[in-house]
Amino acid sequence: MVLGIEDLSVSYDGVPTVVGASLEVPDGQVLAVLGPSGCGKSTLLRAVAGLEPPSSGRILWDAADLARTPTHKRGFALMFQDGQLFGHLTVARNVGYALRLRRVRDADARVAELLALVGLEGYADRLPATLSGGERQRVALARCLAVRPRLLLLDEPLSALDAGLRQRLAADLRTILTAEGTTALMVTHDHEEAFTVADHLAVMRAGRVVQQGPIDEVWRAPADPATAVFLGYAQVLEGSAAARVRPGADRLAVRRSAFRLDEAGPLAGTVASVRTTPEQVRLVVDVDGVGEVDAVAPLDRVPAPGAGVRLALDATRTAILAPTT
Amino acid sequence: MRRYATLAALALGPVLVLAVFFVVPVVGMVGRGFVVDGGLDVGGVLEVLGRERTHRVLWFTVWSAAVATVVSVLLGLPAAYALHRLAFPGRRVVRALLLVPFVLPTVVVGVAFRLLLGEAGPLGGLGLDGTPVAIVAGLVFFNVAVVIRAVGAAWESLDARPGEAAAALGASPAQVFRTVTLPALRPAIVSAASVVFLFCATSYGVVLTLGGLRYSSVETEIYLLTTQLLDLRAAAALSVLQLLAVTALLVVAGRLRAVPDPTLARQLARPRRPRGADGVQVGLTLLVLALVAAPLVTLLVGSLRADDAWSLDNYRALDRVGQGSALLVPASDALVTSLRTAVDATWMSLLLGGLIAVVVSRRSATRGERRLRSTLDGFFMLPLGVSAVTLGFGFLLTLGRPPLALLDSPLVPIAQALVALPLVVRTLVPVLTGLDDRQRQAAASLGAGPLRTFATVDLPAVRRPLIAAAGFAFAVSLGEFGATSFLARSEHPTLPVVIFRLIGSPEPEAFGTALAASVVLAAATAAVVLAVDRLGGRSFGAL
Repeated sequence: MVLGIEDLSVSYDGVPTVVGASLEVPDGQVLAVLGPSGCGKSTLLRAVAGLEPPSSGRILWDAADLARTPTHKRGFALMFQDGQLFGHLTVARNVGYALRLRRVRDADARVAELLALVGLEGYADRLPATLSGGERQRVALARCLAVRPRLLLLDEPLSALDAGLRQRLAADLRTILTAEGTTALMVTHDHEEAFTVADHLAVMRAGRVVQQGPIDEVWRAPADPATAVFLGYAQVLEGSAAARVRPGADRLAVRRSAFRLDEAGPLAGTVASVRTTPEQVRLVVDVDGVGEVDAVAPLDRVPAPGAGVRLALDATRTAILAPTT
Repeated sequence: MRRYATLAALALGPVLVLAVFFVVPVVGMVGRGFVVDGGLDVGGVLEVLGRERTHRVLWFTVWSAAVATVVSVLLGLPAAYALHRLAFPGRRVVRALLLVPFVLPTVVVGVAFRLLLGEAGPLGGLGLDGTPVAIVAGLVFFNVAVVIRAVGAAWESLDARPGEAAAALGASPAQVFRTVTLPALRPAIVSAASVVFLFCATSYGVVLTLGGLRYSSVETEIYLLTTQLLDLRAAAALSVLQLLAVTALLVVAGRLRAVPDPTLARQLARPRRPRGADGVQVGLTLLVLALVAAPLVTLLVGSLRADDAWSLDNYRALDRVGQGSALLVPASDALVTSLRTAVDATWMSLLLGGLIAVVVSRRSATRGERRLRSTLDGFFMLPLGVSAVTLGFGFLLTLGRPPLALLDSPLVPIAQALVALPLVVRTLVPVLTGLDDRQRQAAASLGAGPLRTFATVDLPAVRRPLIAAAGFAFAVSLGEFGATSFLARSEHPTLPVVIFRLIGSPEPEAFGTALAASVVLAAATAAVVLAVDRLGGRSFGAL
């Protein structure tokens, strides 16, 4: 039970939006497609759902080509960014929609079970318009899971929500998907969301899949500087600057917390700016022979701008990129 | 208080105009029926409503309008789908062509159907001439365009994603239509159907030319009672009844008219190429096109035949006054009069309608203000509910004598402007209410005064609807017959009046001339509407 995407291309009015994408989602796993807006990830998802015709390439389920299978016969449920609940139906009737289509008996019990799963007991008779954004997404998820889809397609499922809710719901989403053993393909532009929910990661840029693999591998070794920045690295040092920080490195991606204030540290520099946050002090330091980098200091030691400081590197917060070819 | 002052200043002009040129004539006309020998005579009016003929007329009006509405919706829905959701070459042209019947002068349509269904006509064998079927067909011919436009516009602006979500949940296209699309379209369909019913039930020219004296609707009955039988009491009774029924219908339609929430971002489906499964809808659209084209083609062909041969004689006769003719002026003069009148009626209805639309569409701050605005809204819609015949005859009765004595002023364009007014208002109001009020607030917070805000936010949004409204007002005025037939003086008739007189004329050549004049009038109206469509002015769909 594997979703396979082989060399898939999709065009809008002759303009290619997805170019030669190849991906695989194994049974019971969650693949996140990560990319900036407009990179073609939503189009890829819509093509898998059967809502956009591919201009070339194949979409396979267990090696069977889906080209001639219409959306409603694919058995893939699609969850939209803003839920797309049916406004004229109650929560329970929304969740039970697919069950009624299939004339499933005991639909009410299953609906109740699903509402409990997403933490919305007692909401059965509400109308979607009376729900908050987070509640709507929970209902949308329950509706998608109702008939145990072969594959769940999630289109930026949490991006319409505010930050705190997003984190909580991402964790819930992971738990629910694991509990149901659902195979899922999620597209998102938020790397935190991807890390919380997914097992595998594919990074897309300008219509192409630039990197894919198990999520920690991709995280540890971004394929190129743009991917590194998109994965949350603060900057990529190149050439002599990279070698000076980590000997042997040609290109080094560093996180914002990779450098910390340390009197015994090997790197000397001048503080350019200081900003205190609740957890630590964030600095920008002009390091000799490297240039400006981000650094952190504990809250009890706040250097003044212009002061000379020494920095140490936390190598686990950096990634060495393959040299330019 | 300042809000009320602005409101009053904007509303004052339209209210006065409507009071003088609408309320006074209609009340005068109706009052004449109620007041007998200086005393109020309600019993006499009620007696009219008990007459057997009145019942027959009412029953005919209701059932013919109902049947025509149902047929219009059944034919209009598939066509709305095909023309607004599918992409195929010529789509724009077909859409524009199907819009033409709605604005064709009723007299022209009457003539065309008579020609098509008459004994010598291509469909003469069906024996439909003068039957209710012919009347219903004529009503459908007019109103299928309303359904296509109104429902099509709603269908086009429907968010595609709920349907996609349903499909992904396993709903087949038919199930998606039944469970998602249809519920979303229901307000548009019901609203279009109620408007169509209204148009059908108050239709005058079609029933008069196709029904003759055998079948009579409330509107034509009022005409007969007023002009032929001189039974003003009965006419007044029917007028009041009609006004009440139409007002009730308008209230219902207003409740059902849904304006899409402007703050909601929607993802529109792009029209797609037709697939095999769309064959039925495309086929029905072609059928509608054929039904609409048949009378018009017959009319055109008929106008080009004289003495059983192809000729332009009918057109040559347009600038002549036939010997012993009922006409004082040639048809070409009448065309010029028609065009002049239409220009006047258009600017009048735009000026009035624009003011009214602004008044009605502004967001109210208090409940009292909201109530005031919706009362005004209802008041300005009244012309839709009053028989054009009542209006025209009321003009004659009240405005022609002291204290007003306005008959020398241009009453015809004013009457036509009033007839077109609801159409203009209904084209502009949805656009103005559809604007996100936060846009105006943003402009105001950046330092724009009310006028500047209007110019920045409202004006760009209504530019195209304004063009559309102008076009429709012009077309309505060109074809207006009910009120005009009372008010036009015989030395300055409009073209529809001339056509009607020519049809009734005993001269053998007159009918040919009527056909040619009908073609000219139809072409002029169609040209205006197609030009509007071309300029991108859209949707009286929200009517």
